[in-house]
Amino acid sequence: MENKQLSIKELELKAKETRRLVIEMLAAAGSGHPGGSLSATDLIVALYSNVLRFNPKDPQWPDRDRFHMSKGHCCPLWYAILAQSGYFPKEELMTLRKFGSRLQGHPARSTPGVESASGSLGQGLSIGLGMSLAGKMDKKDYRVYVLLGDGETQEGSVWEAAMAASHFSCDNLCAILDFNGCQIDGKCEDIMGLEPVSAKWQAFGWQVIEIDGHNLQQILSAYDQAKTIKSKPTIIIAHTIKGKGVSFMEGVVGFHGKAPTAEETQKALKELS
Amino acid sequence: MAEQLYQRDVYGQELLRLGALDKNIVVLDADLSSSTRTNLFAKQFPDRFFNFGVAEQNMMATAAGLASCGKTVFVSTFAVFAAGRAWDQIRVSIGYNNFNVKIVATHAGITVGPDGASHQALEDIALMRVLPNMNIIVPCDGPQTAEAVNTAAKTSGPFYIRLGRSKVPTIENENDFKFAKAQVISPGDDVTIIACGIMVSEALRAVKTLAQKGIKARLINMHTIWPLDNETILKAAKETKFFVICEEHNVFGGLASSVDAVVAEHCPRKVIRLGIRNRFGQSGEPADLLKEYNLTSLDIEKAVLSNIS
Repeated sequence: MENKQLSIKELELKAKETRRLVIEMLAAAGSGHPGGSLSATDLIVALYSNVLRFNPKDPQWPDRDRFHMSKGHCCPLWYAILAQSGYFPKEELMTLRKFGSRLQGHPARSTPGVESASGSLGQGLSIGLGMSLAGKMDKKDYRVYVLLGDGETQEGSVWEAAMAASHFSCDNLCAILDFNGCQIDGKCEDIMGLEPVSAKWQAFGWQVIEIDGHNLQQILSAYDQAKTIKSKPTIIIAHTIKGKGVSFMEGVVGFHGKAPTAEETQKALKELS
Repeated sequence: MAEQLYQRDVYGQELLRLGALDKNIVVLDADLSSSTRTNLFAKQFPDRFFNFGVAEQNMMATAAGLASCGKTVFVSTFAVFAAGRAWDQIRVSIGYNNFNVKIVATHAGITVGPDGASHQALEDIALMRVLPNMNIIVPCDGPQTAEAVNTAAKTSGPFYIRLGRSKVPTIENENDFKFAKAQVISPGDDVTIIACGIMVSEALRAVKTLAQKGIKARLINMHTIWPLDNETILKAAKETKFFVICEEHNVFGGLASSVDAVVAEHCPRKVIRLGIRNRFGQSGEPADLLKEYNLTSLDIEKAVLSNIS
């Protein structure tokens, strides 16, 4: 099913609406992870709006493109875009993290549109690799997208998957690195340095596309370019700002895993209106 | 002398058979395909076999990704690396997702022999048993290995099948294999001996010697550790005086713990546990190691004789 293509202006508005939903969900839940949800919003809004091939009426459609959020703690963003895409009613978003909700604190298959659980970091690229290999085996033309956190790439298993995806020439696999430079305990470079990020992925045999992860034009071009790369996987290294869109959260490590207070929520929603 | 087979030979052959019948079966290994015998499948069906090199964590989570696309995925490596090294991947990506991944782990237990402690999985059943959704089979011999692999292939959900390294004698057994249903190999009302894996053949030898001494031991092959056949255990608890449990595994968390819990809750009986006690393994020939860790038929016989009234 081909989705209607949104203009940059429309994407910007949708991203703003998505960020508002994320803030409202986290405020209602009283816990969760705003920072990384907001840094990846533009990347995921663009992906679901203009790139991914899917049908919310038939979530198991065999030819669907696959998306997996390996940095599972940013699921408020995933749930928001899934609701906007028609997988379930938007009202359900406010049940995030509540007892009996289909929207668990970290992704689970109880949520329509979620292919696989995540939350324990470092496993998602392998999940995507499995989806990629299945597609190749079945001679399907679907593509597989995996959102990785930057801190997450400190997990060794990410690099096992990186090595294998290149070894198996998985050109239907596209990783998206939300490179916001922050993790729970501080700046990535202070906790466990990641640089040189681009050179590392290149050395593992990946095509690297580096972009500003908040520039929707660059994001769409990167997805387009990734589709043309043959015989190797692609990673979009997206330079982002943690907490993007809410001034007092931007670049603030403390908002990795802390819900906004009532006052902060009002302030944030005002900025995003 | 009974027929002796390598369980992993049987596994490799069974994969070949299933692979020809079902194009949906995919097999993964981590640089041990010649030892686990998945190399037979690899040769026959190269498009459906993936070698991940020495990277078990990636292999397990990739298996989950393949399963999410409808594949039935068999994953093999040594038990220490499957259950230990990749446990979190099994927990979150396979177990929690309830995906169709069949982990067939070879080289389990002390009888791995000369490779020593690092390679002797004595805790893998414990690690798997605590995971919801995980079905666990420990087949006792070659033919039962084929049954276990077959069951896993046709039953939805994750499986852990535990195989050994050494040849094992084929057990004379009148009952068919039924998943999740224990096999009563010999009847008896004086004591119940429950065993799994290679310990079934040791226990059967003990049962025969005990019979010569006038002791009628009931021998149960508990090939399926989960779902556990409570009914057969409780019937034995009511009809016999005590249990001797034999496993090539730590006495914590494995077969003995499983039986213990059922008996303690519903029909308390004395339970003697023969297994590895708070020790790592070591190098040696399997026969010497079984002696050192009190896992021979003689040890089973002694345990019965010293507890019978």
